[in-house]
Amino acid sequence: MYGGGNTFEATKAEDLEQEDAVKLAEFEARIAQGEKIEPDDWMPRLYRMQLIRMIEQHAHSEIIGALPEGTWITRAPGFRRKLALMAKVQDEVGHAQLLYSAAETLGKSREEMLTDLINGKSKYSNVFNYPTYTWADSCIISWLIDAGAIVNQMANSKGSYGPYCRALERICAEEAFHLKYGHDSVVFMATGSPAQRQMVQEALNRWWSQIMTFFGPSDKLSVHTETLMRWKVKMASNDECRQQYLDMYVPKIREIGLTIPDPHLHKNEQTGQWEYTEPDWEEFRKVINGDGPCNAERLGVRRMAEERGAWVRLALKNPTAKYVRPLA
Amino acid sequence: MKREAIKDLLYKIADDQLILGHRNSEWTGLGPILEEDIAFSSMAQDKIGHSLAFYTLLHDLGEPEPDIIAFSRSASRFRNSQFTELPNGEFDFSLIRHFLYDNAEAIRFEKLSTSSYAPIAKVATKLKGEIKYHVLHANTWLRNLGSSTEEAITRLQNSLNTLMPYALGMFEPSVHEQELIATGIYPGEEKIKAEWLTKIQQVVAQTELTLPDISSLPPMLGGRAGQHTKYLQPLLNEMAEVIKIDPTAEW
Repeated sequence: MYGGGNTFEATKAEDLEQEDAVKLAEFEARIAQGEKIEPDDWMPRLYRMQLIRMIEQHAHSEIIGALPEGTWITRAPGFRRKLALMAKVQDEVGHAQLLYSAAETLGKSREEMLTDLINGKSKYSNVFNYPTYTWADSCIISWLIDAGAIVNQMANSKGSYGPYCRALERICAEEAFHLKYGHDSVVFMATGSPAQRQMVQEALNRWWSQIMTFFGPSDKLSVHTETLMRWKVKMASNDECRQQYLDMYVPKIREIGLTIPDPHLHKNEQTGQWEYTEPDWEEFRKVINGDGPCNAERLGVRRMAEERGAWVRLALKNPTAKYVRPLA
Repeated sequence: MKREAIKDLLYKIADDQLILGHRNSEWTGLGPILEEDIAFSSMAQDKIGHSLAFYTLLHDLGEPEPDIIAFSRSASRFRNSQFTELPNGEFDFSLIRHFLYDNAEAIRFEKLSTSSYAPIAKVATKLKGEIKYHVLHANTWLRNLGSSTEEAITRLQNSLNTLMPYALGMFEPSVHEQELIATGIYPGEEKIKAEWLTKIQQVVAQTELTLPDISSLPPMLGGRAGQHTKYLQPLLNEMAEVIKIDPTAEW
């Protein structure tokens, strides 16, 4: 899974004033031709900073996202679901490993990134600041949040930074299995006993607004990201991703008899665009800034894991070894 | 009579794997480094997958479906050693348990792969290749951490001292022991224990740890007869939490 709707900082003209104009023009020409930028290539400082920020957020989302789903591994109903969920969550942690390596090629170490996560300096996907009350919540995440992740990651895998694109290609291949698993587990409940149907409908009701905010604020509200789009850091606008997602998944959700809890959701046949009740962006901002139902718990668990593992990392340290940037 | 002996053997093997797999899976998202998070998660999948293979053999002998056997028995009907049900503790505790357990498991599976009971031999032959990697993982980590910092060595030594009596409980003989040995189904716990001791002694000797003297250690027995610590029933309750909402439903 993955956060999507990255928070970008607005880019300003003065950010680029310090850059060498000739090198910048060459860099932009390469990207315009569809070339990939590799770790040792020249790149503007802003490009490096924004990529670190984006890949790091993505990696954090993977390890934090492992918590609300991971908590259901020990409770999964039956061997089939249990083995699949274990493999899925393991994949997510593996994605974090790939992504931290990709971000490290830009000059920030995994240790620094994890420290920034715990200190609340870097963000992760807002959806994981909400609880998974029942087994059905974990299934809805596996299907519909992972589906959102795929929309986002497929777009980003066509971006300009080589190591990130290669990591995303591998990640997308695994995510496709997660989607199948999530869909299968939701279908079983949606077509199962009355208790199961009620469970899964309630989970959808709880998660729908998180699904709608998954791609980030509407483009009307978002900061200006033209430079980032030109540099192929940001590949599609938040609204484009959201529209594509609704196109793909609204019919699938309705097909299995679930009701989407938004009476205004419909496709405007004239514009070809989905219209819907705007989710509560004020709440989104509040939660992303730390004041959500599970922010403290998620970071608390991560901090505890880091602290409890500190002696292991220290013991593994070889004083004669030098830091080697990972291959990506 | 032989059938009962085989069932008893299958239950203790499968229950050990399921319960330890459950404990290993609790490390998901909490490992000391990402690579270990992934490793414990991977071993948990193997262990639980192995238990499913053995529960399936039990089902072939007339026992209920694997989902029923695993998710609906109470603690007193589980035959796992108490060793596997203890909570994870810190990483040193989990690592020592992993080391002591998987070295025994590898020997057990090697022996089972030549069992006179063909279905067991077939499954053990298939799965022993996976256990080889668990052993490799455990031994590598023990060698690394067991000769590293003072804190790591102290932690590992304390866990080794605490866990050794429980590990000996893995070799609690079954009431069918003599029959299993006589029919060539299983070589018996004493034989496996002896080989295990030699093996773990070799690895421990490559570290700064000391293996406790087992002649003065009373083993923690009872698990194979359904006597468990206070930790097993809550683990089983958690495992059944969702399935018991509607046991007849398909999930």
